[in-house]
Formats: sequence, C-alpha cells, structure tokens
Amino acid sequence: MAAGAVALDRVTIAYPNGYEAVTAADLVVGEGEFVSLVGPTGCGKSTLLNAAAGLIAPASGEVRIFGAPLQGLNRQAGYLFQQDALMPWKNAADNVAIGLEAAGVPRADALARAQDWLTRVGLKNFGDRYPHQLSGGQKKRVAMAQMLIRDPKILLMDEPFGPLDAQTRQIMGNLLLDLWAADRKALIFVTHDLEEAIALSDRVVIMSSGPKARIIGDHRIDLPRPRNALDIRLDTRFHNIQQSIWAQLRAEVIKAYGDVA
Amino acid sequence: MIARPQLIALQILVAFALIGIWYVGSSVPIFGTYFLPKFFFSTPQDVFMRIVKMFSGTTIWKHIGITLTETMLAFVIGSLGGVVFGFWFARKPLVAAVFEPYIKMANALPRVVLAPIFMLWLGLGIWSKVALGFTLVFFIVFFNVYQGVKEVSPVVLANARMLGLNERQLFRHVYWPSALSWMFSSLHTSVGFALVGAVVGEYLGAAAGLGYLIHEAEGVFDVTGVFAGMVILAAFVLVVDAVVTQIEKRLLVWRPEATQKS
Ligand SMILES: Nc1ncnc2c1ncn2[C@@H]1O[C@H](COP(=O)(O)OP(=O)(O)O)[C@@H](O)[C@H]1O
Ligand SMILES: [Mg+2]
Repeated sequence: MAAGAVALDRVTIAYPNGYEAVTAADLVVGEGEFVSLVGPTGCGKSTLLNAAAGLIAPASGEVRIFGAPLQGLNRQAGYLFQQDALMPWKNAADNVAIGLEAAGVPRADALARAQDWLTRVGLKNFGDRYPHQLSGGQKKRVAMAQMLIRDPKILLMDEPFGPLDAQTRQIMGNLLLDLWAADRKALIFVTHDLEEAIALSDRVVIMSSGPKARIIGDHRIDLPRPRNALDIRLDTRFHNIQQSIWAQLRAEVIKAYGDVA
Repeated sequence: MIARPQLIALQILVAFALIGIWYVGSSVPIFGTYFLPKFFFSTPQDVFMRIVKMFSGTTIWKHIGITLTETMLAFVIGSLGGVVFGFWFARKPLVAAVFEPYIKMANALPRVVLAPIFMLWLGLGIWSKVALGFTLVFFIVFFNVYQGVKEVSPVVLANARMLGLNERQLFRHVYWPSALSWMFSSLHTSVGFALVGAVVGEYLGAAAGLGYLIHEAEGVFDVTGVFAGMVILAAFVLVVDAVVTQIEKRLLVWRPEATQKS
C-alpha cells in the first residue's frame, strides 16, 4: 500500500514543440482506490494519464507502478480513451475479445468471455454490431468491456463519459461504480465535471490550468459506499464537499479564461 | 431521395430517348436527308441484329473470356504488387523517401506509350495486355495502401497497444484492415483500369478480345460492328461493376457509407 499502485514523483512533461504541459506533479493512487483528476480543459489531464500509461515519457521525474519504475508501456493498466478507440472494422464482440486473443487465448474462449462481458455492460444482444451502428453510450460500454476483460490491475479512464448526455452519464457512472465495486482496482478517472468526480470517487485531485500545470488540491471524499451516483447528489454532505472544492476550482477556471482573453 | 423503381424507370426512359433519336436520325428521312447517315452512325436495329448474330455463335464468348482473363490477371497481380509495396513504403520511411521521385515519374507516364514495348517484350498474347493493366492498377492500389497504413488513427493504434497487441498482431488487426479498406474503396477504379489496360492493349495489337473486335471492325469501316462491340463492352463493364459492388458490400460491412448506400 505504501508504494501505491501508481505513483507520480515530480513528473514534468514537455511536448516536442517545447510546450511544458505539466510540471512537478506528485500523485499516489493506492491499490483499490478510485481517484478523480479534475481540471479545466487543456490543463494536461490526458497528458498526465498518458504518462501513467507509459504512452509518453516524462521529461523529468518518475512514474512508478506498484513501486517499480515504469519503462515503456504500462502492461498492468487498462486505458479508456477520450476519443473513440474501437477498431471500426471489428464488431463489438471481436473488439472486446481482441485483448484476450492477443494474449493467446483461443478465439472461441475469447469470444465466449467477450459475450459475458457484453452482458455485464448491458449489451447482451449487440455483439455483432459494428462501432458505427452503436450510440455514443453503447460505444463507451463496449470500450469498458474491452478494457476490463483483460483484468488489468490499474484502470485509467480519460473523460469516458464526456460526449454523452447528462442522463446517460449518470447511468454510465452507476455502471462503472458497480463494475469497480466487484473487484476494486486502482482507478484514475479524468473528468472536467466536478459533481461527477465527487459522486464517484474516494479522492478528487485538482489540477491548475496550464501551461506548467500543477496538482493544487487533493480532497478526500468521505461519502459512504456503496453509492448511487444519482442519489448521492441530493445528500447535504455532497453539497458541502462540492462547495469547498468548487471555491478552489473557480479561481483556476477564471485564471484559465483570463489567460485566453 | 427518389425511390428506386422510379429511378430505374427514368434511367430506362433516357435509354429509349437516345435510341429513339438515333433511330429517327438514321432511319427516317427528314426533308429527304438523314441527320445521322447510316455509313457513319449505323442504325439501332442493325446494331441489335449484329449483336444477336454474334451471340448466336460461340466466338464472341471466346473474346469476352480473353478480355475477362486479362482484366482479372491485371487486377490481381497489380493489387498484390500494390499491397506489398504500399506496406513496405509506409513502414520504411527511408525507402519511401528514396523512391518517391521515381514513383511519381513512373505514375505520370502515359501508359499507352508502354503498350508497344510490352508487345515487343511479351508478344501479342494476353501477357502484354496484363502488363499494361498492371501498370495502371499497381499505382492506384499502391497509393491507397500507402495512405491507409500511414493514416491509421493514432488513438486506435494506442488503444490496441494498451490492449497488449505486439507488432505482428498490430499488423494483422490494425494496419492490414485499415490498408484493405482503403484498397477496397478504390476497387471500382482499379478494376476499371484493369479493363482499360486490357482493351487498349487489345486495340493496339492482338488476335482476340473485345478491343480487338472493335479495332477489326474499324479497320474495314464496319460502323455497325464497331457499335456492336462497344455495346457488348459497355454491358461487360456493367456486369463487372455490379460484381465488384457485391464484393464491396460483403467486405466493407463495418463501414458507415457501405450500409447507408444500400
Ligand atoms: N502533441 C502535442 N504537442 C504539443 N502540445 C500538446 C500536444 N498534446 C497536447 N498538447 C497541449 O498540452 C496541453 C494539455 O493537453 P491535454 O492533456 O490533452 O489537456 P486535457 O486533457 O486536460 O484537456 C494543452 O494545452 C494542449 O494544447
Ligand atoms: Mg483530455
């Protein structure tokens, strides 16, 4: 527990064009912990998540996975991308099964387990649909099954419900809580929606606006579990937490817009 | 959008109108003259009778068979070459950079000038026509596959990597389908060019095939024969195109456009 599942140690990330997106970020996510990363658009949330996934290497600082320095791709992590990342030429069942097939599971077994996962995410009868035949929410469900079927120890999710309507977001939030509660994994959940972050997580981490974004707040969310992502929003404790975090976030948002204007 | 039966009715109407004008111009004297003199334009009924006569024998099938064989060979060999080289160039930027000017030069060359050379090298049989078709098909497929491999969505690629696919698996599950989809999107064009290669090759020098038939008729000012050959060639193209459309529908079910079109 001390090492944590994911540890970012003074991580600084610069893009090849010289833009320094994130500076000296410190973050430890414990095993089984659900941490949300919140910040204004463009502050570097995806950038930080990509560093945790091993898709980009930090300019300085270190990423450690279960205590070991990360080199190359993070093989212990599943990643849910912000954009559509399903293979458009594979149907839902094949998309979910691909992670197992890549690991050498015979195709028939992989497909059978993919069907189980499709059922778990509520898409029992959608296995033969291609991505373009699915709604935005359904695509995210397939992507969740695709990630979870490999049983990664760490989950990285980048605004997974970003493009969905409010109703669908909440349904997906509850689905995520159910799946996560089944076998608690370390989870970093990126969102720009503070309410969503509070409703779902154990901790909410706030990033400042970029460039050279930093982690400027770390709030423990002491709401009881199991939670319902919908009902919890009516709780007064939810309201109080939201007030105190929002006060801090607002200053950052104003700064972000001030820089642009 | 207009309903399908109506569309077909209108299309048939256009055919009737054109044939009607042709018929009147060539067969009905107006103020004692024919608008479309028979010697230059033949008549629809003569052309029709000629086609019927051609199909009552068996030689026409031999000619169609030859043209079809040349088309298929040019398409298959050209596609294979295009896929292999397209992949190779896309994955090896150095190779692509070195050969780029030569590829552009070769592609800019009008293929008709190559036809006599191919005949010199490969004789008057089918292979000189296949070679001509090959030079047309190869570049279409090559450029499409090259594009397809290079333009694989970086997000899909990153996701596949995170799902544990190694290089070989990425090739099979990501690069290959992406390249194929680009290749199939140009299927009509490349089959069409394979056919152009075959017919032009036959036209310029052969002993069989639809292009040869037309050329022969032209040689003796047999306009009826030329038109009959053109009609058969056009029908042949329509059939080949319909087959390609069916194959395309099968292979590209995952594409939004493919399902919307039908
Ligand atoms: N490949 C790149 N090259 C240069 N700058 C980039 C690149 N990708 C992202 N950025 C910049 O880095 C900052 C953070 O981006 P990102 O992590 O995507 O933000 P967020 O996910 O918080 O919205 C943005 O200002 C963005 O413009
Ligand atoms: Mg982002």
